[in-house]
Amino acid sequence: MRAKAIQFLRSAEFYLLLIIIGLGVLLTFLTDGFFTLENLFDILVSYSFLGIMAVGLMVVLISGGIDISFTATATVAQYIMATIIIKLGGNWLIAFLLPILIGIGIGAINALLVYYLRVHSIIITIATLNLFYGVLIFVTRGKWIYNFPDWFAEGFSLFEVETADGTIYSFSLSIIALLAVIALAALLMNRTSVGRQIYAMGSNMDAAGRMGFHLLRLHFFVYCFMGMLAGIAGVVQAQLVQTVAPNSIVGRELEVVAAVILGGASLAGGAGTVLGTVLGVTLIAVMQNGLALLGVSSYWHKVVIGLIILASVSITAYNQKLEERRHARIDV
Amino acid sequence: MSRNSFLELHHISKRFHGVQALQQVDFSLQTGEIHCIVGENGSGKSTLVKIIAGVHLPEPGGKIVIDGAVQRDLTPARSTQMGIQVIYQDHSLFPNLSVAENIGIHQHLETGRALVNWKKIRQTAESAMAKIGVTLNPNHLVENLPVADRQIVAICRAIAADARLVIMDEPTASLTRQEVDALFRLVKDLQDKAITTVFVSHRLDEIMEIAERITILRDGEKVGTYNACDIDDRKLSFLMTGQDICFQPIESEYSQEKTILEVDRLSKRGNYSDISFSLHGGEVIGITGLLGSGRTELALSLFGLNPPESGQIRLNSKTVHLASNWEAIAAGIGYVPEDRMTLGLVMPQPVSSNITLAVLDTLVNKLHLIDPIKKQQFIEQRIAELNLKVADPEVAVNSLSGGNQQRVVLAKWIATEPKILILDSPTVGVDIAAKMGIYDIINHLASQGMGIILISDEVGEVYCNCHRILLMRKGRLAGAYTPSEISEYDLGQKINAS
Repeated sequence: MRAKAIQFLRSAEFYLLLIIIGLGVLLTFLTDGFFTLENLFDILVSYSFLGIMAVGLMVVLISGGIDISFTATATVAQYIMATIIIKLGGNWLIAFLLPILIGIGIGAINALLVYYLRVHSIIITIATLNLFYGVLIFVTRGKWIYNFPDWFAEGFSLFEVETADGTIYSFSLSIIALLAVIALAALLMNRTSVGRQIYAMGSNMDAAGRMGFHLLRLHFFVYCFMGMLAGIAGVVQAQLVQTVAPNSIVGRELEVVAAVILGGASLAGGAGTVLGTVLGVTLIAVMQNGLALLGVSSYWHKVVIGLIILASVSITAYNQKLEERRHARIDV
Repeated sequence: MSRNSFLELHHISKRFHGVQALQQVDFSLQTGEIHCIVGENGSGKSTLVKIIAGVHLPEPGGKIVIDGAVQRDLTPARSTQMGIQVIYQDHSLFPNLSVAENIGIHQHLETGRALVNWKKIRQTAESAMAKIGVTLNPNHLVENLPVADRQIVAICRAIAADARLVIMDEPTASLTRQEVDALFRLVKDLQDKAITTVFVSHRLDEIMEIAERITILRDGEKVGTYNACDIDDRKLSFLMTGQDICFQPIESEYSQEKTILEVDRLSKRGNYSDISFSLHGGEVIGITGLLGSGRTELALSLFGLNPPESGQIRLNSKTVHLASNWEAIAAGIGYVPEDRMTLGLVMPQPVSSNITLAVLDTLVNKLHLIDPIKKQQFIEQRIAELNLKVADPEVAVNSLSGGNQQRVVLAKWIATEPKILILDSPTVGVDIAAKMGIYDIINHLASQGMGIILISDEVGEVYCNCHRILLMRKGRLAGAYTPSEISEYDLGQKINAS
C-alpha cells in the first residue's frame, strides 16, 4: 500500500493533478466566475464528448497505433442518426445503437487497413478521416440539421438538485455517458485479458506475435472500440448543441491528441492510463475555460495549448535523461 | 544415466525463395541434456530453431518427432503446447509491464478467461522464480531491469509455461562474465528438473564450458554432432568455417619515436579515473576489461563526446580540449562505435552514401556541389581497399551481413583519413571468417602508420591484434601487458579477477 502511494507521488498523473489544482486556485483568485458550481458543471458538460473521444484514443495509443479519423467517425455517425430519428422517428436505444454500429464499422475498416497495409496508422487514419468526411460533405452538401424530436431535445437526467436560487443541477446525458465510458475503459484496461494484451502489444508487437497473441483480432478490438466511443461522442455532442453541423467536431482531433499525450500516453505505444487521460482533458478544459473567463481571445488558446504540450514533453524528456544518467552510474 | 529422446528431426530441408537454408538435417535432443547448435551467420541455425518452434514448416519429406509422437504441420501454438520455449536474442519481453505480468503473460491467452486474475499471475511468477532459486521484485517494471535480469525474466516465463525444452538464441551476447556464470548455474538447475536446454551461439569458449553435445551447421548442412569432451576450440572453428583459422599474435613493427597520442591522468567522476597511456604511430593498443569497466566512456572522451573533468589529452605533444566529435574528427581521430546499428550507420541508406557521409565536403566541385565522378571513384577505391563484398554500392546497408556492415563503418572512418582510429568491440555479432577480414584491415592500417585503439572484451581478439594491452577495472588502469610476456589464458584470468 505504501509502495503504491509512493509510486503515485512520482507519477505523471500526480504532477498533472498538482498543475490542475494550481491553475484552479489561480483562476479562483483572478476571476469571479471560475469556482462556481455553475461554471464547473458547465465545463464538465461541454467537454464530456471530447473526454469520451480521448478515452478511445488512449486505447489506440496504448496499442501502439494512433487514430486521427475519430472526428469524422463521430460526425458521420451523428449525421446519419439525426437524419433517421427525424425522418423515421425513434427512441434512445436507436439514437445510441445506430452511431455505435456505424463507429464500429468505420473502426473495422481502419483496423483492416492498418493491419494488412502495414503502413503507419497515422497515415491510414488521416486518409480515412478525409475519405469519410469528404463523402459526408458531398452527399449532404454540408447542410446543418435542426428540429430534433422532442424526446431527443429534452434529453434525460438523474439526481436533480435545485439550489437556493432556483437553478437545477443534474447528471445529464453527457455526464452519464462520460462516466460510463471512463468506468468501462478502466475495467477494460486493468482487469481484462484483452486490455492487458493491448498494453503488451503496444510495447512489443514482435514479441506479442511470437507469444501467440491474435494481432488482427486485437487491432479490430482497438479501432472498433475507438469507433464505438466516437459514435457515442457524436450523440452526446448532437444532444448538447441541438444541431448537427458537419464541421463542428472535425478539426478538433489534435486537441484530443494533445489531451491524451498530456495525460501520459506515448506515441511509441504501451503507456497511458485512464486517470491520466481524464486529467489531460481536464487540464485543457480548465485552461480554455479560464482563458475565456479572463477575456483572452480564443486564438491565444491554441498558443497556450501549444506551450503546455511543449513544456510537458520537455519535462518528460528531461526526466528520462536523468534516469539514464542514474543507470549509467550503476554500471561503472 | 540413460535418457529418453525428447525430440528427433529427420531429413529436414527448407528453402526460401530458391535459397537452400537447410538441407537434409538430422538432429536429436535427449531429455535433460545441454546441447549447443553452432555455426557461422547464414549456416541455418535460426532456421532450424524456427522449425522446432513451429514458425517454419520443413519441406515435404522431413519428419519431426516430439516425445515419440510424429508432428505433422507443427504450429507455434502446438510447439508451445509440447513444452518448447524459445528465448530470442531480444528476449521478447514487454518492458512496460511488471516482472510478474511478463512471467505470467500466458494467462492472458487462456481461452475462456475474460478477466485477469492478478493473484494467480503473481503466484505463477513467484513459483517460477522459486523453482530456479532467483528473486526479483515482481512489481518492478521490466524496462528498469538490467539485461541479465531481463534474461532471467524470460527464462522464468518459459518455466511458467511448463517448458520442457528451452532454446536460447545467443544468450551470452550482452552479459558480463559473472552474469554468464550465473546463467550457466541456472541452466544446470534446469537440467536437474529434466528440462532440456539448447544454446545457439558462436562464442566458442563459452560453449565448451557448458555443452554436453555440440551440433555444428555449415551452409545449411549438418557437419556433425559431437560430445563436448571430444572436441576443442580449434577443431570446432575448423568444422564451422571449413578453414583452419589460427590466430597469431600481431607481427608488424612500429617505431617508438613517434608518439601521436598521450593521455595524462584523465579522470571523470563515475566514469573512470587517473588514466595515463601513450600511443605511437603504427601501434595497436588494446583496452580490455569487463562490461562497465569504463572503457567505452574513456573512448568517448577521446572522441570528444564525453569531456573529461580533469587530466590532459595531447595530440603530437600539443594539448587539446575536445569538446565535440567534430573537433575530434578535425584533429584526426576516428571512432567506430560498439553499436554499429544505432551509432555507426544510416541503415536504410545505400552503402555509397554511408561511405561518403563523413567526407562529403571534400568531394565537391567548384560550385560546392557534390561531384558525381569524384564520388564514384572514391567509393570504388574504398570498396576495393576493404575487400567489401557488395554486388552494387547502391544497395541499402541493412541488407548486408554483420561483417560487411562493420566494414562499411570502417570504410566511412578510413575515408576521413584519421591518424588515430578507435574501434569499440568491432567484431560483436560477426562470424569467424568476417572477423579475420576485420583483423586483416586493422593490421593493414597499422602498417600504414595509423595508431589504433582496439576496445574489446574478447581476450583472443586483443591478444592477437595488439602490441600492448591495457586492462581496465572499475574505471582504473589495472595493468599493461604485451603479448610476449603473458599467455592468453593468464590474461583472461586477470580480466575476470575482480
